[in-house]
Formats: sequence, structure tokens, C-alpha cells
Amino acid sequence: MHDLFQRLKRRHEFWLASVIAVLVVYLSIATQGFLTLQNLFDLLTSYAFLGILAAGLLVVLISGGIDISFTATASIAQYITMLLANKYGLDWFSVFAIAIIVGLVLGAINAVLIDRLQISSIIVSIATLNIFYGLLVFVTGGKYIYSLPSWFGKGIYWFEYVDAEEISYGLNLQILALFVMFTITWLLLNRTNIGRQIYALGGNREAAQRLGFNVFRLNILVYCYMGLTAGVASLIQAQLAQSVAPTVLVGKELDVLAAVVLGGASLAGGVGTVLGTILGLALLAIMQNGLILIGVSSYWSQFFVGLVILLSVSATALSARRKRKGNLIE
Amino acid sequence: MATFLDLKNISKRFGGVQALTDVDLTLEAGEVHCLVGENGSGKSTLIKIISGVQPPEAGGVINIEGRSYTHLNPVESTRSGIQVIYQDLSLFPNLTVAENIAVGQHLGGFHPVDWAAIRKIAETAMARINVHLDLDAKVEDLSIANRQLVAICRAMAADAKLVIMDEPTASLTRHEVDALLSLVRELKKKNICIVFVSHRLDEVLEVAERVTVLRDGKKVGTYAAKDVNDKKLAMLMTGKEFSYDLKETDLSNRKTVLSVKNLSRKGDYKNVNFDLREGEILGITGLLGSGRTELALSLFGMNPPDEGEIKLDGKTLALKSNREAIDNGIAYVSEDRLTLGLVLEQPIAANAIVTILDKLKGALGLIPLGARESTVERWVKDLSIKVSNTGNAVKTLSGGNQQRVVLAKWMATNPRVLILDSPTVGVDILAKDGIYEIVRGLAQKGVAVIMISDEIPEVLYHSHRILVMRQGRLTGEFEPHKSSEDQIRVAVNA
Amino acid sequence: MSNEPAYLTKGPDAVLMRLLKGLTHDVTNRRLIILLVALVVVFGLLIGERFFSQATVQSMAFQLPELGILSLAMMITLVSGGLNLAIISTANLCALTMAYIMTTHVPGAEGFIWVGWQIIAICAGLAVAAVIGLLNGFVIAYLGVSPILTTLGTMTMVKGIAIGMTRGNVLSGLPEPIVFIGNGTVYGIPTAMIVFAIVAIPVAIMLGRTPTGAATYMIGSNEKATRYSGIDTKRVILRVYLISSLLAAIAGLVMMARFNSANASYAESYLLVTILAAVLGGVDPMGGFGKIAGLILSLIILQVISSAFNLLNFSQFLTLAIWGTILVAVMAVPNIRRRLGFAD
Repeated sequence: MHDLFQRLKRRHEFWLASVIAVLVVYLSIATQGFLTLQNLFDLLTSYAFLGILAAGLLVVLISGGIDISFTATASIAQYITMLLANKYGLDWFSVFAIAIIVGLVLGAINAVLIDRLQISSIIVSIATLNIFYGLLVFVTGGKYIYSLPSWFGKGIYWFEYVDAEEISYGLNLQILALFVMFTITWLLLNRTNIGRQIYALGGNREAAQRLGFNVFRLNILVYCYMGLTAGVASLIQAQLAQSVAPTVLVGKELDVLAAVVLGGASLAGGVGTVLGTILGLALLAIMQNGLILIGVSSYWSQFFVGLVILLSVSATALSARRKRKGNLIE
Repeated sequence: MATFLDLKNISKRFGGVQALTDVDLTLEAGEVHCLVGENGSGKSTLIKIISGVQPPEAGGVINIEGRSYTHLNPVESTRSGIQVIYQDLSLFPNLTVAENIAVGQHLGGFHPVDWAAIRKIAETAMARINVHLDLDAKVEDLSIANRQLVAICRAMAADAKLVIMDEPTASLTRHEVDALLSLVRELKKKNICIVFVSHRLDEVLEVAERVTVLRDGKKVGTYAAKDVNDKKLAMLMTGKEFSYDLKETDLSNRKTVLSVKNLSRKGDYKNVNFDLREGEILGITGLLGSGRTELALSLFGMNPPDEGEIKLDGKTLALKSNREAIDNGIAYVSEDRLTLGLVLEQPIAANAIVTILDKLKGALGLIPLGARESTVERWVKDLSIKVSNTGNAVKTLSGGNQQRVVLAKWMATNPRVLILDSPTVGVDILAKDGIYEIVRGLAQKGVAVIMISDEIPEVLYHSHRILVMRQGRLTGEFEPHKSSEDQIRVAVNA
Repeated sequence: MSNEPAYLTKGPDAVLMRLLKGLTHDVTNRRLIILLVALVVVFGLLIGERFFSQATVQSMAFQLPELGILSLAMMITLVSGGLNLAIISTANLCALTMAYIMTTHVPGAEGFIWVGWQIIAICAGLAVAAVIGLLNGFVIAYLGVSPILTTLGTMTMVKGIAIGMTRGNVLSGLPEPIVFIGNGTVYGIPTAMIVFAIVAIPVAIMLGRTPTGAATYMIGSNEKATRYSGIDTKRVILRVYLISSLLAAIAGLVMMARFNSANASYAESYLLVTILAAVLGGVDPMGGFGKIAGLILSLIILQVISSAFNLLNFSQFLTLAIWGTILVAVMAVPNIRRRLGFAD
């Protein structure tokens, strides 16, 4: 038992979960609206977009790379998909297939540039962010798509349940996609050899090469997976917003990065878990939600988010330093 | 004994450079074989050919247990039971011990991970060579010695019949080296052939049955380990006979520059006392972990002592930073030239003046035009550093010339006391002499030198007085001309 | 160097020669100059005389300084091996601070007091920047948090303060001298350009000629080895982020002057463009390398493309796409040359 606690104490997730638990207990007591089924569903629905992207970015960070072009990828994916859906009707399967294919193609472009031209991933993705986004807005003229196919607009609503106050809950498209993407990501990272290769690659690239891992293939897989999640996220965002706007998603890339990093993923690669990412996202979501519920003006919520990021990364760095202390020759 | 690997007529050319010429090498099953040579002698090329990373030129033959190949690829090499443990160990710090040992399970096409099988493989590999490590510990939390065990277990899990270890003892303490050597004996019993690639000559002889020496891409010969010694190997590696001696000098009438009294720091060293005179070269030898580097860093203001005092020219110093140490005339050449001694990517010139940036400062806090160049030119000439352009990155230089740049940047501070921590690590035997010569020259000009090294010949032949450090204490004092290598070795390892 | 004629080593000619030599000696700069010349020729042929008109050149000079000063702020942190994602939010918060004082105290004041409040406003903006810069520097240098995470946090926090204080509103109506900084000209040269020169020159001197600058390059490649050489690396890093923040504040002032207003979320799309500009100008995103001359060439290239596209009636978004493409192309050159077997 003691041993288990010792092990837990060293996990980033443990501290994150503790902070969230304290926050949840406090908000449950202090506010009426927090611990309701409706609030929970609303939170999940509105954070599904960031969450799905966070799952994709997690995989990229673990591999030792970074991608910030995914918001542009998502914008292109949703625009093309909805354009085609409006023109040809289509169905759920086809729209997801198209969005995913667009995501895969753009992801592959990143991977090829990073791996074949040996340019650092941050530079490539800053460049492709500008290229993808610039071309999208140039070609579309920045025009919104307001009318979506009606079946798409209605969305998916399973296991509907109406409570005494006649508010209905259900498993909607956003929540479903969020769960599916987190599950797939977890399976990929922990239950397949490719996932373990991604961890290994992020931990020691040279050793991975010496052992005969196919680094090019892994890079393709990682950036394509990021593209895939961007494709999926883009559709559930369009469904929630009931419109497609080429200019609203770009700019959110650093929010996603913040969630993944809060969740303990390291920019140096090799470190990060799906659970941590979920907790990082949950911390941001619950905090922003809680601030509104306890009556802090929503104008101030961003300040607190920044403060929490800064405190969290500082605390992590300090504890890491304490671990190293005594070891003079770092 | 059965022959495991037999290489015949192995040559390798890179562009215009002939890296290997007609090398023959025979490795027996269950043998411990050492491969020695200077940097650039062809050791690493030979390993690359054995591990299948590089093909040899046509005409070479590789025989493994009777099967004959013209060249290998990494897969064939691994399948034949050849495993290379590189100096950096090639482990994944973020993964567990079990996963690192059984990492071969992750190779191949897309498939699910069988975690139970991974644990089993790791357990079996550890059991085979009687090693006990926590399967769930992360490799980054292990000591270097334990990481090495993980790497060896990984080789076991891959059914190694030949394990090549590149510089395996470089960062181990004596105790850990002993543990490694007993493990090697264990491997030997299992009829596994072990090849040590090393430039540390004394350890090489301790374990090997045979030694193969390479020089300039050619095989000098294979010798029975009992027939050679340090000096002979050094001669075979360089093709030159060396005479090391420093003249016996009476320094008793010289002024005391540095005086250390009862210096202690918890966990590092205890009760250290010594005096250092002007123009004296004081050798301090001890094993890795004996507290020698920690002591040096304390004198350099980077590791404040808990107790005791440091006096320079009779004045007590309470150093709060290495800047203060430098300003007081203390300089420190780090043992880790590549990550602490130099900024490898930056120009030679920038490295040479980094210690005196504030001194170069002129009007308005600016460094005058030309001040940089003239300072650098002077040091390049004084230390005869071979450079084509001081604007080139310092990493383009050879090890010996890099070390001269390190010396230049410290001589620029005009030190009273120069501390050299393992000053010739990674420097070829030929280039070492140049470094010693510079140090002797400095001493003649009155600089007091502390030379720390774990290579006993280095301190024996190049200092006026030798102190032995063991477990954080100075345990012995020797006069070079009245002592032998063996006497000192006994004191170091006692 | 010693056997060159005297006029090349002494006097103003020598300075010019050094400058030219420095500009063309560097491989990256040589490539950028070739690219710039090529672009000017192509656009000249496409657009004709209008491209070389005084109006075009002047409008370029009006637009360049904003991105220019922000890029300087980004660049010095990149050289030190870090980066500063908080430059835009710092610029905005400082601009808001200045605008607040200027819109509340300056109207109605007269003479000496009228001038005084404007100076106080600018000082207050710089003071805010100093606090942010010191916070960044402290967390990065003394707590050892990675720069990207630290500045991601401060970026969010600083923007949060700006939004919280203004509720997202715009502050506008600035005094004339301030507006002049953004929109006036001196002998035909836009004031903003003069401001850019006034800040770029000291930064260039700082990087090229001072101990702090030399240390910044060394730290960018290997902080630990630099520390072992007796440099107080933490203090240098603190200084770098302080200077970066102050530069951001000056960029905020120029932006505010140009728009005659301040807001919490102006110019956010510039954030990643500053990295793009710096890297295109030869700054190594991993730290240790990069010169002001390269950065200025890169800024001119970006501005030439932007202005030409504007004249050609292309969308500004196409400009973004071309900027991205050029970055990839320039970064790929060394690799492609290597593959084709050229020695570098």
C-alpha cells in the first residue's frame, strides 16, 4: 500500500487528478450548477473538439515532434467535406471518410517535409499552417457555409433520456467521437507494437534507428494520425456550430498544446499518456466552467488558465529539480 | 574452442579515405577479445561491418560459424547472434526495464503487444546471467551500471553469441567495473564471445585473453594478453616509443599559492588538506566517484564546501560562483570536454574568448573591433592550434586541437591555479604529448597546476607530486621518482 | 585581413566594407539576397513601374516595422535557445496600458503636462513589459521551465489580464504625437521605420559587440558549457527575456500609433509569422545562430511579396501561403544541395 502510494506520488497524473478532485469537491459544494448531468454533458460536448485534437497532438509529442498546423488541416477538412455533402447528399460514413482522407493527406505532407527534408517539425508545421490556411481562405474567399445537410444538422443522439424537468440528455456525436478517439489513441499507444515504437522513437531516436525501426514510416503514421484526428474533430465541430467558417479554428492550436502539456506530455518526446491528456483537458474545462459558475466574469477566465499553466509547469520543474538535487553533475 | 567469426581481407574505403586495409580477425566462442586502437584506427568501421551497418569492399569474406558471406545486413547480423552494445547503450530511457530488454518484440509489422510475453522474456534473460532488476523501473531512473546490465540482458534476449561492447568501462566506478567483469566471466561460461573495444589500456589487459591492435586501418597484430603491457600496447597503437619523464625539481623554496584546509562537503569529500606551490604540477588520482571532480568543482566555486577553508596567496576565499573563482585566478578544465568544456557548434574564436568577455569590454561596454580577432590569433599561435579559420565551429577540430582551445580559453584568464580534470580523455596518444608539453610550459611560467586523472601513468609521469583520493578522502601522497605505478594502483584501489 | 589597404580597415569605408562583407560572406544571407533580387525582377516584370513607385516603397516602409520589431523580440529569444510566445500579448497589454493613460489623462491637459502624461504613459507601458519580461526570464532561467511552456502560460495570462481589464473593448483616440509615430513621415521616411532603425541598431550591437550578446549565442548552443566558462547564464537569459519584452512593448506602441487604438487581441496572427521571419532570416530555431542582417533581409522579402501581391490584387491570405512555401523552400536548400552532391 505504502509502496503503491510512493509509485503514484511520482506520477504526474496523480497530482493532476488530486487538483481536479479538490476543484470538483469545492465546485460541487459552492455551486448549484456544477454537479448536474446537464453541465457534465455540456462540458463534454463543448470540449470534444479540443479533446480529439489533443489526442492526436499527444501522439505527435510522444514521437518527439510537434504539429501546430492541425487547425488549418481541420478547417480544410470540414470545408471540403461540407461542400461535397451539400452538393452530393452523402451520408455519415462518407463525410467522415472524406474528412479523414483530407486529414491524412495533409498530415502526410507534414511528415514527408519533416522526414525527407530534415527540417524541424515546429518550422515545418508553422510553414504548413500558413500554407494550408492561406490557400483555404484564398480559394474560398473566406465565405462561411451556413446551410448544412439537414441530417447532418440534426446530428446523432443515442440513448435519449428526459428527466423530471424535461431536459433531455443523450450520447451525442461529439461525446461519442471523443470517447472513440481517446479509446483508439489509448489502444494504439499501449496495445500495439507501433505505439510502443512511437514511445521508443521519442525516447531515443538514434537507438530506434539502430534497432531497425522504420522511422520514416513512423513519422508518416504519427502525422497522418494527427491529420485523422483533425478530420474527425473538424466534423463534430461543424455539427456543433451548425456552420463552417474557414477562419474560426486557426488560432486554437496553442490551446490544444496547453492541454496536452498540462497533461504531462513533454516537448522533448517520449513522455505523455492518454490519461494525463484527459486530465489536463479536464482541468482546463472544469476550471473555466467553475469560474463562470462561481460568478467570475468570463472575461477573466483566460487569465486564470494562463496562471494555472504557469503554476503547473513551474511546480513540475521544481519537483524535477528536487529529484536531481544532490546530483551535482547534472 | 570453436571459431565463431572469421574475417578475411576486410577493407573499407569512404570516398578517398582508406578506413580499413585487408584486416583479418578470428573470434572464438567463449573468448574475451580486446580490440584497441587510436581514434581513426578503424575500430568503429570494423564494428560496423560486423554488425552489418556497412558492407566491406569486394574481396572480403565474413565467416560466421562456417557460413560464408561477402557482407552482412543488420538483420542477418542479429540473426546470427551478433549484438553490439554501443557506448551510449542505445536504451530507451522513458521505457521500463522489461520493455527495453524485450524490445525486439516490437519489431516487425503492425501487431498487438503481448505484455505477458515481454515480462517473461525479460525475466528469462535476467535469469540467464543472474541479474536482478525491477522489471517495472524506468531505465532513466537506473544508475549507469544498471543501465549497462539492461543492455547486456537485451543482448541475451536476442540470443547473442557474440557481444561487442564499445567502451563499456568509460563511465563506471571501480566497483561497477568489477561487477561487469564478473558478468563477463559468466557470459564466457555460456560460450559467448565478448569483444571489448576500449582505449583504456589497463582495464583491457585485466579481462582479455587476446588483444588485437589496429593502427591506421591496418591490423598490427593479435597478441596474447599476458604478453603485452600498457607501454607495449601504446607503442603498438601509435608506432612510437614514449619517454614520459618530468624532471625532478626542488620546489620547496617556491611560494605556496593555494592552500586547502579541512575542506569537507557532505556526500562528496571529507577533511581535505593540501598545499600547492607556484610552478608545481600536483597530480590527484582516484577512481570515478572518489570525490575528485567534486573537490575540483569546489575549488572552482561551483560546489560550495560545508566546512574548511581555501586560501589563495594567503587570502581566504569564500567563492559563491565560478566567476569569482576565475576572477581570483582559478581555472578549471572539465573532464567532459564535449558537453562542458566547449560549445561545439560555436566558432573556435567564440570559444576561446568566452571566459574573458568582460575583460575585452571597452568604451560603452562594447567589445572593440579587432579585439576578439587579435586575442584569438595570439592564442592560436601560442598553443599552435591547427586551424584554417577561427570562424569554423570548434567541433570541426580533432580531439587534441579541441583540448588546446580549452586550454587557450583558460590561459586567457591568466590563471594562478589551473585545475585539469582528465585533460587527455579522448585525445590520441600522439596528441597527448602536446597537451603535456603545454602544461609543463605553464608550470615553468609559475602557474600552479592540479592534474586530476584516473589514468595512473598520466599523473605518475607528468606531475611533481601525487595525491591519491579514495572515498572522498586524500589517502596517500607519492613522489613520482620514488614510486611505481603498482604502488599507486594499490593505494587507489585499496 | 592584415594585408588589405588601409582605407578598408579604417574609417567609415571600413564600416561599410565590413557590413557588405558580413552580408555576403554568410551563406544564408547570400541566398536571401539572390531570392530578393529574383523576386524584385519577377514582380517588376509583372507589375511594371508601379512596383517601383515612391508610394509603393513608402507603403512598404510603413508596414514593415510592426512585424519587424516583433520579429526582433522573437529572434533574440530564439538565438538564446528559447522562444517567446508572449510577445503579441505583451505588446497588446502594454499598448492598452499606454492607451489607457493617454486617453484618460492627456485630453484636457496642456503644454508641459500634456507632454508629461504621454511620456509617463510610454514609461508605464515599458514598466509593464519589464515585469512580464522578468517573470518570463525568472521562470525560465531560475526555475528551469522550458521557454515554450513558460511563455505559453504568460501569453495566456497576459492576454487574460488585457481582456479582463478591457472586457475585450478597444481603446482609441490617441494624442497627435503618438499617431504621428504610426502614420507620420520625416523627410519622406515613415516615423515607424525610424523607430525600427532606432531599436534594431542597438539590438544588433548588443548581439554582435557586447559580452551579453556573445554569451547569448553560446548559451543558445550549450547553456551548461557556457556556465562552466564563468558566464552567469541565468542572468543573461533573464536579460534576453527582459529585452524581448521591452521590444514587444515598443512594437505595441507602433501598432497602437498606426491603428490609433489598442485592443487585447490585435495582431495575433503575427505570432507564428515572427518565427517564420526569423527562421527565414537564418536564425536557428534550435538556438545559437542568427544575425540581424539576415532578419532584415527576410523581413524585406516578406514585405516585398506582401506589397506586390497587394498591387496584383491577390488576397493577403495567398501572401501567407507563399510565405510558408518560401520558408520550406529556403530551409530545404541545404538538404537538397547535399543530396545533389554539392559541398556546402
